[in-house]
Amino acid sequence: MPELIVNDRPQQVAAGISVAAALARLGHGTVRISVGGAPRAPLCGMGVCQECRVRIDGRLQLACQTVVRDGMRISLETLLGQGGQG
Amino acid sequence: MKCDSGAIVVGAGIVGAACAEALARRGLSVRLLDARSGGATAAGMGHLVTLDDNDAELALTRDSIVRWRAWAPAMDEGCAFRGNGTLWLAASDEEWALAENKGARLAALGEAVDLLDARALAGVEPALRTGLLGALRLREDAIVYPPNVVRWLLRRHPGQISERHAEVVEIDGRGVTLAGGERLAADVVVLANGIEAATLCPELPIVPKKGHLAITDRYPGVLTHTVTELGYLGSVHNSEGPSLAFNAQPRPTGQLLIGTSRQFGSRDRDVDGGILARMLEHAAGFLPVLRELNIVRCWTGLRAASPDSLPLIGRHPDRDGLWLAVGHEGLGVTAAPTTAELLVGAIFGEPAVIDPQPYAPERFLGRSGAREGAEDA
Repeated sequence: MPELIVNDRPQQVAAGISVAAALARLGHGTVRISVGGAPRAPLCGMGVCQECRVRIDGRLQLACQTVVRDGMRISLETLLGQGGQG
Repeated sequence: MKCDSGAIVVGAGIVGAACAEALARRGLSVRLLDARSGGATAAGMGHLVTLDDNDAELALTRDSIVRWRAWAPAMDEGCAFRGNGTLWLAASDEEWALAENKGARLAALGEAVDLLDARALAGVEPALRTGLLGALRLREDAIVYPPNVVRWLLRRHPGQISERHAEVVEIDGRGVTLAGGERLAADVVVLANGIEAATLCPELPIVPKKGHLAITDRYPGVLTHTVTELGYLGSVHNSEGPSLAFNAQPRPTGQLLIGTSRQFGSRDRDVDGGILARMLEHAAGFLPVLRELNIVRCWTGLRAASPDSLPLIGRHPDRDGLWLAVGHEGLGVTAAPTTAELLVGAIFGEPAVIDPQPYAPERFLGRSGAREGAEDA
């Protein structure tokens, strides 16, 4: 099983799924904060709405269009700040 | 003038809002009507830009930017005013000569400009490609978020401006008729509805000029100035076929607005994938890091263009009581404050803040306008 590092915490996820699916299964309901300060979550699941953009290995990417890979580092924005439990 | 039934302004974009504010400031009650059919104000870049293709354009944009800077301290944070200046990029010897000429002309008028050579340019905007010859910086240019400026303007005179979602189907100098038949009367009617102006007044020579824009995710610090190519000047007035020009602007959110395209003869608002791709490719030629950044939205807007690229500001020569503030093409946001002062000043018989003749609707309408049209034909 691939291991993701989500906000510095190693987590095991199923192989072959999208980062968006993995984050949902790990309990991350929201993944980023909008410019207006509101929490945002993956919505369309098909690369159109742009709501699921997260930093993957240092680059902003769409979680729903990225397949999990062992060792991937993902940072989520939370209302508690980077590294929070949001 | 008498003010029994107040004023009606048709079109709640930046020009209509500025006119409504100027009318309200002089004590009139204003009804602002908007069909919400999608105008240019919310689609544009919000770039307050000094342009000097001709004396009239320069006078209008210079005076207006002074007024924007006077507004700035009172505007709320949502208006996103930033006095970050414009860099006109020179990519060839010819463009560098253009930058020098333009800079000398503007400096002689007292504008805050400076020429940056290649090294200085790379120092202030290191994300731009290497090999540029330099840039002319216009320090007074700025940016805003126009939809929020509209809201701010309409709040300035509480109780005096009422805004209403309504489609006007008929207009004259004594009032308007709404879809559904309701008639609203007014002493003054101002038409400020961009490309829809010709729907209500078919005699107006206003045509849509479509543009594409894209915006990236948040990448703070990539750019500080609005950067645009000097080739833009040649490109935008080439009226046949789509034209492209590089224009990139850092928003206060850290996002980058990327433009721009111009296309006549299209009223549809669909994004044209081919034009968008060429526009982004062209932009990446100036800003290579763009290839690594994510675009999160792209859209189009329709600029309301007149035959000589100058707006129509003033009394309609053939319709008593009807006043025009239309045809600003890409300069509606920049020129809104001075447009409103010229128009409302004329309504109230005040001395004009700048020479109003170049923008007089008579150049296209009425007897002399009709004669010019006949000679063209």
